[in-house]
Amino acid sequence: MSLLMIFRIALKAMGRNKMRTALTMLGMIIGVAAVITMVALGTGAQSSIEAQIQSAGTNVIIVSAGNFMAGGVRQGQGAASTLLPEDAAAIAPLPGVQYVAAGLNTRGQLVAGNQNWNTQVQGTDVDLPLIQAWQIERGAFFTPQDVTTAAKVAVIGSVVRDQLFGPDANPVGQVMRIQKQPFNIVGVLAAKGQTSMGQDRDDVVMVPYTTVMKKIRGVTFINNVTVSAASSNEVKVVADRIATLLRVRHRLQPGDPDDFMVRTIEEMASVRKEATQTMTALLASIAGVSLLVGGIGIMNIMLVSVTERTREIGLRMAIGARGRDVLLQFLVEAVVLSLFGGAIGIALGFGLSRGITFWMEWPTTVSTNAVAVAFGFAAATGVFFGFYPARKAAALDPIDALRYE
Amino acid sequence: MPTVISVKNLIKTYAVGEVEVRALRGVNLDVERGEFLAVTGPSGSGKSTFMHIVGCLDRPTSGQYFLDGQDVSRMSRDQLASIRNKKIGFVFQGFNLLSRTSALDNVELPLLYAGSGMKGPERHKRAMEVLKAVGLEDRADHHPNQLSGGQQQRVAIARSLINNPSILLADEPTGNLDTRTSIEVMDIFQRLNRERGITVLLITHEHDIAEYGTRMVQFRDGQVVMDRPIQRRRLAQDELVTLPAAQAV
Ligand SMILES: Nc1ncnc2c1ncn2[C@@H]1O[C@H](COP(=O)(O)OP(=O)(O)OP(=O)(O)O)[C@@H](O)[C@H]1O
Ligand SMILES: [Mg+2]
Repeated sequence: MSLLMIFRIALKAMGRNKMRTALTMLGMIIGVAAVITMVALGTGAQSSIEAQIQSAGTNVIIVSAGNFMAGGVRQGQGAASTLLPEDAAAIAPLPGVQYVAAGLNTRGQLVAGNQNWNTQVQGTDVDLPLIQAWQIERGAFFTPQDVTTAAKVAVIGSVVRDQLFGPDANPVGQVMRIQKQPFNIVGVLAAKGQTSMGQDRDDVVMVPYTTVMKKIRGVTFINNVTVSAASSNEVKVVADRIATLLRVRHRLQPGDPDDFMVRTIEEMASVRKEATQTMTALLASIAGVSLLVGGIGIMNIMLVSVTERTREIGLRMAIGARGRDVLLQFLVEAVVLSLFGGAIGIALGFGLSRGITFWMEWPTTVSTNAVAVAFGFAAATGVFFGFYPARKAAALDPIDALRYE
Repeated sequence: MPTVISVKNLIKTYAVGEVEVRALRGVNLDVERGEFLAVTGPSGSGKSTFMHIVGCLDRPTSGQYFLDGQDVSRMSRDQLASIRNKKIGFVFQGFNLLSRTSALDNVELPLLYAGSGMKGPERHKRAMEVLKAVGLEDRADHHPNQLSGGQQQRVAIARSLINNPSILLADEPTGNLDTRTSIEVMDIFQRLNRERGITVLLITHEHDIAEYGTRMVQFRDGQVVMDRPIQRRRLAQDELVTLPAAQAV
């Protein structure tokens, strides 16, 4: 008997009991959809991290104060007071270093007119837009002059603009209060969108780091230094040079732990990448369990079906069906059941992923790989769980089957 | 006439728990091509068991069975399936049609297992031909539950004919039918036997049905106790003319 014929017989058999067929497929549908969605979430997170590295520049090095890896009192990253503006200045002339920007952050209440907004105020230097590829939409970034004089000038992100002035307003030249002090707005940053972690990169205010030091927080230290290497092959070497320099400047004896941390963007990202990978694997295996349960559902229904159709099997054998014809008939039925379920599951998984991106704004990527694997897995499930019932049917004795009540 | 079926000292025993049921206790029988054999005997005498072995659905515990000179007891499961498909047509008391499947599809079923690679339209044509032979060409699209018992049995006969078998085996085919319908079914059997030379084995425990055959054997306790030609054979064709057509299909 041709495979096409068997396929048609399977479709007919499924059509005779539509409700049961639908319910059996539901297990498969949910399983496959879950796997697709979970993997899409994981892949989406991965690729957005990668995109971030690309946009942040592969050659970026972050120096932060304190060392959360060292023993003793554990301080938050960048919370220690060990990093000074002079350190940043000393890094700049090192060979291989292209741009350097000292950073000191604070949270602050922003007020403009009768509008309020609370956000991160990022004290930084003029090189930061060059390192992080920020575009200026209106106005200009603050100048080296502003940094030296600790001028009260600010560049705002589009979210802050929307909150304080409205999306269509031009805030350049207007005054905004940060912690009750008046700041001149000199520029608006072009929108960059969210990070994979859900942070809104446009919800930001940038001011000279010297202004945060002297006018807002009244401190003499900085939190971090963002450095870019001239070439991406040199990143590791430059990072080592910075570490050596800082140990000397901070008069650390051999054996003393670093009181700072030097990490490349890629190192930082790889930690997050590993975390998302683990998460993806975990979610996918939970989803895999539901696929397994779907497979067991198919086996259950196929067993019931073989028992119910014992007389039919006997009749088919009496008129010339061989064992393998019967085996193939039930096997194909199980596989068709799981493939249909799989196909619908893929569509559903695709829709769910889209929905998650749309409603929850999490990045998802449905890769053709994941679809192929899910589909293959569905087929395999059909074969695996369909084989036992099919073999049971094929092994029936024609006479016993015909006599079956 | 050549011998089609030849069984020698056929024995079939079933083990039911501790007890051994001896369904056939040494059956010897030769059937020639073109015979219409009526198999009778009381219930439990081994008629069906005998027919299942002759039909290659079951194997004897011991003894030999030659079908067209071939020793069937040495064949594999698949070879037996192929013989059932090509040489033998079965008609059961309970019709055994696939439910929710049209008469045409039911009739086509054996073609699917014939391995001839026959295409759909050709299969339909063959199936329509045999449906016509049993007078049901206008019921081809009906499902079994839309057909009378007699019509269902005729669909089953059509199905048994589709691969041009040389032997037709019928186990109480009229057991569920009324008198007139029974005679109609007998008419079909007699015509197939006469016109196509198909060897017919018919199990029945009604004496008057047995008289449509050319030869009658009687079973008792798993053995053939009587074997004689039928003297005054009934002809269904003639009887149908005289019978009132009131219960006609
Ligand atoms: N699968 C089986 N297991 C055990 N015993 C069986 C089996 N099949 C048949 N028998 C026994 O074999 C004997 C012959 O059975 P068989 O069906 O051949 O009788 P029969 O002549 O066809 O009877 P009936 O006219 O009632 O159909 C019976 O005693 C029956 O109980
Ligand atoms: Mg019987």
